Amino acid sequence: MSREATVLFDAPGPRARRRNLVLTVIAALVILGIIAWIVYALADKGQFDKVLWHPFTQWDVWRTYFIQGTINTLKAAAVGTVLALVFGAIFGLARLSDHWWIRVPAGAVVEFFRAMPLLILIFLAFFVPATVSPIIADGPLGNFQRVMVENVFSIFGVTINNGTVTVPAFAAVVFGLTLYNGSVLAEIVRAGVQSIPRGQSEAAFALGMRKNSVMRLVLLPQAVTAMLPVIVSQIVVLLKDTSLGFIIGYEDLTSYGFKIEPANFSNLLQAAIVCAVIYITINLIVSRIATMLEARISRSKKSITTMSAGSSLPAAGMASGGADAA
Amino acid sequence: MGQLFDFTEVIKNLDKIAISFWATIRLAAVTAVLSMILGTVWASFRVSPTPVLRGVGTFVVNLLRNTPLTLLAAFCISALSDILKLHFSETPTVNGYWWAVTALSVYTSAFVAEALRSGINTVPLGQAEAARSIGLTFTQSLRMIILPQAIRSVIGPLGSVLIAMIKNTTVVAAVAYGVDAVSEMKQLFFDLGATLPMFIGFAIGYLVLTLPTGFFFGWLSKRMAVAR
Repeated sequence: MSREATVLFDAPGPRARRRNLVLTVIAALVILGIIAWIVYALADKGQFDKVLWHPFTQWDVWRTYFIQGTINTLKAAAVGTVLALVFGAIFGLARLSDHWWIRVPAGAVVEFFRAMPLLILIFLAFFVPATVSPIIADGPLGNFQRVMVENVFSIFGVTINNGTVTVPAFAAVVFGLTLYNGSVLAEIVRAGVQSIPRGQSEAAFALGMRKNSVMRLVLLPQAVTAMLPVIVSQIVVLLKDTSLGFIIGYEDLTSYGFKIEPANFSNLLQAAIVCAVIYITINLIVSRIATMLEARISRSKKSITTMSAGSSLPAAGMASGGADAA
Repeated sequence: MGQLFDFTEVIKNLDKIAISFWATIRLAAVTAVLSMILGTVWASFRVSPTPVLRGVGTFVVNLLRNTPLTLLAAFCISALSDILKLHFSETPTVNGYWWAVTALSVYTSAFVAEALRSGINTVPLGQAEAARSIGLTFTQSLRMIILPQAIRSVIGPLGSVLIAMIKNTTVVAAVAYGVDAVSEMKQLFFDLGATLPMFIGFAIGYLVLTLPTGFFFGWLSKRMAVAR
C-alpha cells in the first residue's frame, strides 16, 4: 500500500488505509477466483494430463524443437538488428542533410516503410522476386541482377537459377525487419541528434569545425548516448516481429514450438505456454538492459538529454509526441 | 521491362482490393473500441491504490507487451478455439473474425494502458496538490484537474498505438481470419502472379489508411497540447 501521495491519491489516512485493505482483500479474492476457474476449466478438459506435459521434461524435445527454434529466432533477430542499425544510421543522417535532394528522398523512404505493415514487406520479399526476376533477366539489367544475387544476396541464402530468383523465408524475414525497423531507427537517430541543444553545434561551428566534424565529434557521440535506451527497446520490437516468419514458414521459435513440436506430441496449448515463456524471458532480459542503460546514462552527468526507453516516437505521418508501439 | 509496371490487373481487381480493405477497416474499428475499453481497465488497475490490482495490471501488461502477436493470435485460434472448443460462432469465418478481434484487442490493450498511464504521469504532482489544498474531492480533482490534462497529453501516444494496431490487423488476419487486405494480396499473388504493381496497389491502400490517421492525430495532439 503506497504511503506517499501520487497524482491521483493523497497520502492515505487511517480511514483510507482501512478502505484500501478491504479493497485489497476483495480484489485478491476475485482474482484468485478467476485463476481457480481457469485452472478448473483447463483440468476439466484434461489439459493437465501428464502425457501433455511430459515432453517438456525430455532434453531431446528441448534440443530438437525449442533450442533450435530459439537459435533461428535469435539468428534472424541478430542479422535484422545489425542491418536495421546500418539502414537507420544511413537514412537518419540523410534526413538531417542540408541538401534537399538527399533529405527529401530519404524522408520519403523512411515514412513509406514506417507506414507499411511489416507482413506485406515480408510478402514482397518472399513472393515478388520469383515473378519479377525472369523479366529483369531478359532486360538490360539481367547481368547486374545475376551478379548482385550471386555475390551479395547469396549470403542470406538467395539463389538464382536461369534468371529466376528464389528468396528463402529467412532472407524475406530479414528484409522486412531491416526495412521496417531500420526506418523506425532512422527516426530515432534523427530525433536523438535533434534532441541535442542547439548551443552544442553553434559552439562547435564557432570553433571553426565543419559540418562533418560537428556531426561526428560533437552531436553523434551525445546523441548515441541519449538514444541507446530507445534503440534497445526497438530491438525488443524487432525480436518479437521475427515471429512473423511463422506465417511464411520460417522455422523460428513460433514454428518449432507451436507447429512442429505439437504435431508430434499433440500438446499445442502447453507448447504455446512454453514458447511464450521463452519469448518473454528473452525480451525481459533485453528490456532490462535498456533500463540499466537508461539508469546509467541519467546517473552520469555527461549526457545532456536522455530519450526514455518507455516512450519513443510518433508513428508515420505524425509530427510530434507519442509512443511507438508495434 | 514494360510489363514490370503493367497495372491492368490491379485496375481489373480494384473491386476485390476495395472489399478486402473494407474488411481490414471493420477489423480495426471494432478492435479500436475494445482495446480502448480493456486498456482503460488495465491502466486503472496500474494506478489504483490497491497493491494486488497494481500487481495484476503490471503483470498483464508486461506479459502482453513481451509476447509476439503472431503467437498470441495462433494461440487464440488453434488452442482456445480448436482445442478447447471455445467458439464465438459455428460459422468458421465469423468465429475467425471474432478470435482475430480478440487477439488484437487484448494485445493492443497493453499498449493503450501504457499510453494512458504515462499520460497520467505527465500531470505534475503540484497540480494534484493544489487541487487538494483548495478542497477538491478525489472525483472533483480527477474530473476537473487531472483527466483534462492527462487526456490531452495522451492523444499523440494513443494515435501511434492506433496506427500500429491498424498495421497489426495483417498479422491476426493472416493467422486467424484470412479475409483482410493482406490475405487478399496473397490470394491475388497466387492467382495472377506476384507482380510489383499488385504490391504497389496494396501498399497504397495501407498508406491511405495509416498516413491520414497519423496526420490527424499529429494535428490533434498539437492543437490540444497543454501549455506548460
